[in-house]
Amino acid sequence: MRALDHKLWRDLWHLRGQSIAITAVMASGVACFLMFMSTLDSLLLSRDRYYTEYRFAEIFVPIKRAPESVARRLAAIEGIDKVDTRVVAPLTIDIEGFHEPVVGTVTSIPDSGEPLLNRLYLRAGRLIEPGRNDEIIISEGFAEAHKLKPGDSLHVIIKGKRERLRIVGTGGSPEYVHQVPPGGSFPDYERYGILWMGRTPLSRAYDMDGAFNHVVLTLTRDADEQAVMDRVDELLKRYGGVGAIARKDQSSHRFLAQELTQLENLSGIFPIIFLGVAAFLLNVVVTRLVGTQREQIAALKAFGYSNFSIALHYLQMIMVIVLAGIIVGVAVGAWLGHILSEIYVLYFRLPFLNFTLEPLRIIQVSLITVVAGLLGTLAAVRSAVRLKPAEAMRPEAPAVYRTSLIEELGLKRLLSAPTRMILRNLGHKPVKSLLSMLGIALAVAILMTGAFNEDSIDYMMYVHYVLSRRDDLAVQFNDATSRRALTELQSLRGVEYGEPFRFVPARLRFEQRSYLTFIWAYEPGSTIKRLIDSELRVVELPPEGIVLNDYLAKNILGLKTGDLLTVEALEGHMPKKQVPVVALVREDLGVGAYMALGALNRLMQEGNAISGAFLYIDEQYANEIYQELKDRPQVTGSVIRSHEIRNFHKTMDETLLFWTAVATIFAVVIAVGVVYNSARITLTERSRELASLRVLGYTRGEISYILLGELTLLTLAALPVGLGLGRALCAYIALSLENDMYRVPLIIEPSTYAFAALVVLLAAAVSSLLVRRRLDELDLIEVLKTKE
Amino acid sequence: MTSTGTTISDPTKSQSAMVFHTENITKIYQMGEVQVQALRGINLELYRGEFVVLLGPSGSGKSTLLNILGGLDVPTSGTVHYGDKDLSTFNESVLTHYRREHVGFVFQFYNLIPSLTACENVALVTEISRDPLAPEEALKLVDLGDRMDHFPAQLSGGEQQRVAIARAIAKRPRVLLCDEPTGALDIRTGIMVLEALAKVNRELGTTIVVITHNVAIAEMADRVIHLSDGGITSVEVNTYKKSPSELIW
Repeated sequence: MRALDHKLWRDLWHLRGQSIAITAVMASGVACFLMFMSTLDSLLLSRDRYYTEYRFAEIFVPIKRAPESVARRLAAIEGIDKVDTRVVAPLTIDIEGFHEPVVGTVTSIPDSGEPLLNRLYLRAGRLIEPGRNDEIIISEGFAEAHKLKPGDSLHVIIKGKRERLRIVGTGGSPEYVHQVPPGGSFPDYERYGILWMGRTPLSRAYDMDGAFNHVVLTLTRDADEQAVMDRVDELLKRYGGVGAIARKDQSSHRFLAQELTQLENLSGIFPIIFLGVAAFLLNVVVTRLVGTQREQIAALKAFGYSNFSIALHYLQMIMVIVLAGIIVGVAVGAWLGHILSEIYVLYFRLPFLNFTLEPLRIIQVSLITVVAGLLGTLAAVRSAVRLKPAEAMRPEAPAVYRTSLIEELGLKRLLSAPTRMILRNLGHKPVKSLLSMLGIALAVAILMTGAFNEDSIDYMMYVHYVLSRRDDLAVQFNDATSRRALTELQSLRGVEYGEPFRFVPARLRFEQRSYLTFIWAYEPGSTIKRLIDSELRVVELPPEGIVLNDYLAKNILGLKTGDLLTVEALEGHMPKKQVPVVALVREDLGVGAYMALGALNRLMQEGNAISGAFLYIDEQYANEIYQELKDRPQVTGSVIRSHEIRNFHKTMDETLLFWTAVATIFAVVIAVGVVYNSARITLTERSRELASLRVLGYTRGEISYILLGELTLLTLAALPVGLGLGRALCAYIALSLENDMYRVPLIIEPSTYAFAALVVLLAAAVSSLLVRRRLDELDLIEVLKTKE
Repeated sequence: MTSTGTTISDPTKSQSAMVFHTENITKIYQMGEVQVQALRGINLELYRGEFVVLLGPSGSGKSTLLNILGGLDVPTSGTVHYGDKDLSTFNESVLTHYRREHVGFVFQFYNLIPSLTACENVALVTEISRDPLAPEEALKLVDLGDRMDHFPAQLSGGEQQRVAIARAIAKRPRVLLCDEPTGALDIRTGIMVLEALAKVNRELGTTIVVITHNVAIAEMADRVIHLSDGGITSVEVNTYKKSPSELIW
């Protein structure tokens, strides 16, 4: 090895503490990027493969009922490739020993063989066999939750009749990657299952012999999707078609797509922060290194080393640190990506989640890291190259210092010499001090992002499940029915009080924009269900007109209060009316549209119809009530509010924990990196000075004060800046996560601020202590041999 | 005594043996917020194999002159010839090449690379030289054959300086420029260093220029050039050259 290479490795070893700190920060940036990207890539790859291999449909059309012959007419529409008719229906599931309401969706599959579209993947067991009317396949998540396997029996209630079915297989299909029970917001594998049953037995059970109530389609390559959908709607309207749904709006696909977009959004901001901080740290370290090695550089130049070879020498040193950061970052990123991908399996049921770390991503992040490293150190390397040897061998002119601002304000007399040294040193290189402070502030900000999610989500849950909905149980009926159903429910033992609700699927149109959603209606003045806005005020339902969620109004439809909204109901007579938008309510969950029950019923030109009821029940009769409901054919689903909350926590807690842990570790890495580096460099620059002070009689404690006082001031100044930055960063993240299923409110509890500040203070304290030890190693004798 | 306008040459030396020839060089440089005139019109000739001492107090311009001769600095005005090449017209990379091939430096504070051993410090230079001595050989020449694998921190001042000399001569330079080589050393160690320099001058025929403010050292030189306030005040030729061991300061 050449002599200069020896120097390189030994210098790196000498700087190992700082090098490791910088490597850690760089690795964090690389890991963060790869964690998001690998998860994104894995999900995308798995999804696309799933959709292709299992023939995921492109258009979905729920109807009331049409004869099978209509399928041929559909197939004749230009642009349609394949047509697959099915029977899809809700049902109740009766699990032995499990008292709470369990509902399901059953979809028909051919009596033998695979469906044409939306094929099943089988995790265990087999497909149904022809002639076997009691065979079913159930969704994997549901099977796992209830420990069901092929060979077991399952009781279901179809149209009031209790049937015993045999499970022959467990698996899933691409239209159910995201499985959310009707009326719920999160997967609930215990209380919602998907079933597949033979077409013949299912049709018989639901009076659909020779008919279908759901059709899925694929298009030819050059088809105009909208045109095809329009023609399909035209054809199926008379059969109760409520509008074709394109794949992009299919609920399972849409949810997955939103999630992927979020991942992509998040993958940008964090790596930039980490790499930015790392570039700054590298800059400081290398600048300092070149400064201390001035004379060595001069000697090298004197002996004929070219500028290029000197530049290369320092660049090589920088590249070693950068490469180490990349290598560690790739390893950690792959590991974290694995963990994150596994967490996603809770949300999305994919037959295979092949984890993939694309080489392109590694190349991408390596390039970005190298560029960041080079950009950060360009100035320092250039200064080494431009150093004139003659100049370098002259004693360096004393650094220029000025009295600090605070002293100028007249406080000079109150400040001891050591304190003045601290203040003046901070002002000596204001940009460097500012950037160090910014580095620490960023650590605080990142810590906040880890914890804020929990705060926001707790708030969302509180507003939605405590303030807004106060029921114990929400019961949904198959079809809109008369108010008598409510009276019947209220007569059940244990039901204390009930209020009706109605929801109607509708297309809302304003100018050229439209959105397919549900209109929810309650009685004004209802106590069980209240409309709560972001200021936690109750919004009264007006007797006429419609109230819209503000995200729906502003971001999706582009309208404001007072505008006239065209409502096309997709139920009953399917009336189309212009309804004034009376108010907007800011809600974080969903994109709701609300009307007074009377107003909706008038719009529907129906009497007093209701879709369901919110109930208060006496806990001790709960099981009895659930049992009653199971036996009622018109009851489609019941949602126990407390279970929704528990469900949500089960799903979210693991994700949140992961986030908080990762963000905390990354933030600590930055905090320690910045403080430790600043401390070490200050020590290098000032060691002569500090040793001189020791010779003059200052104690170790007193010189510690000078060394660490500067850092303490920087850290304390960084805290409020960091908390402010943190809030901004959280706001940015909240914005990135915005979608039409939820908006994350910016809620940051005092405990989050305190946590962030405390962790950074602790990290700073630990780094300071590590460096302070070195003060004891100052060579006092060496100092006395002064150079000219 | 000569004024600053006249060329100082030695009639006993021929033109072909002339290593350096300067004409009216001046140097002004910026130090913080102050402008310093370090050299005022220096005219000088140095010959092959000479041991020359540039004598003068602090601030007399001797280091600046040395730096210019060594291609580490360029004069503000005037010309510097090394043989028949005008150094003042050289750009950065040509000067680097010049230093690499022809000049060895010894500094007052040794300027060794602290993270390299004695041998590696010498290798630093031999690795970029065309026809160097082996590092071990150079170190033996300065009697440090047994300290090759020691780091500068493990060597005394005198030993460090001798490593610096070994490093300087390892490339077999025509010229060795020494800036206060004994400035940081006690008399006994200083003499050892000077003996090493004398040996190099004697055995390798290297032209040696030593800057010092120590008058005693001048007694071992062939010629002594007195500098003061940026100009040459006089030149002496030593008819009797003392050996380093005879010097007392």
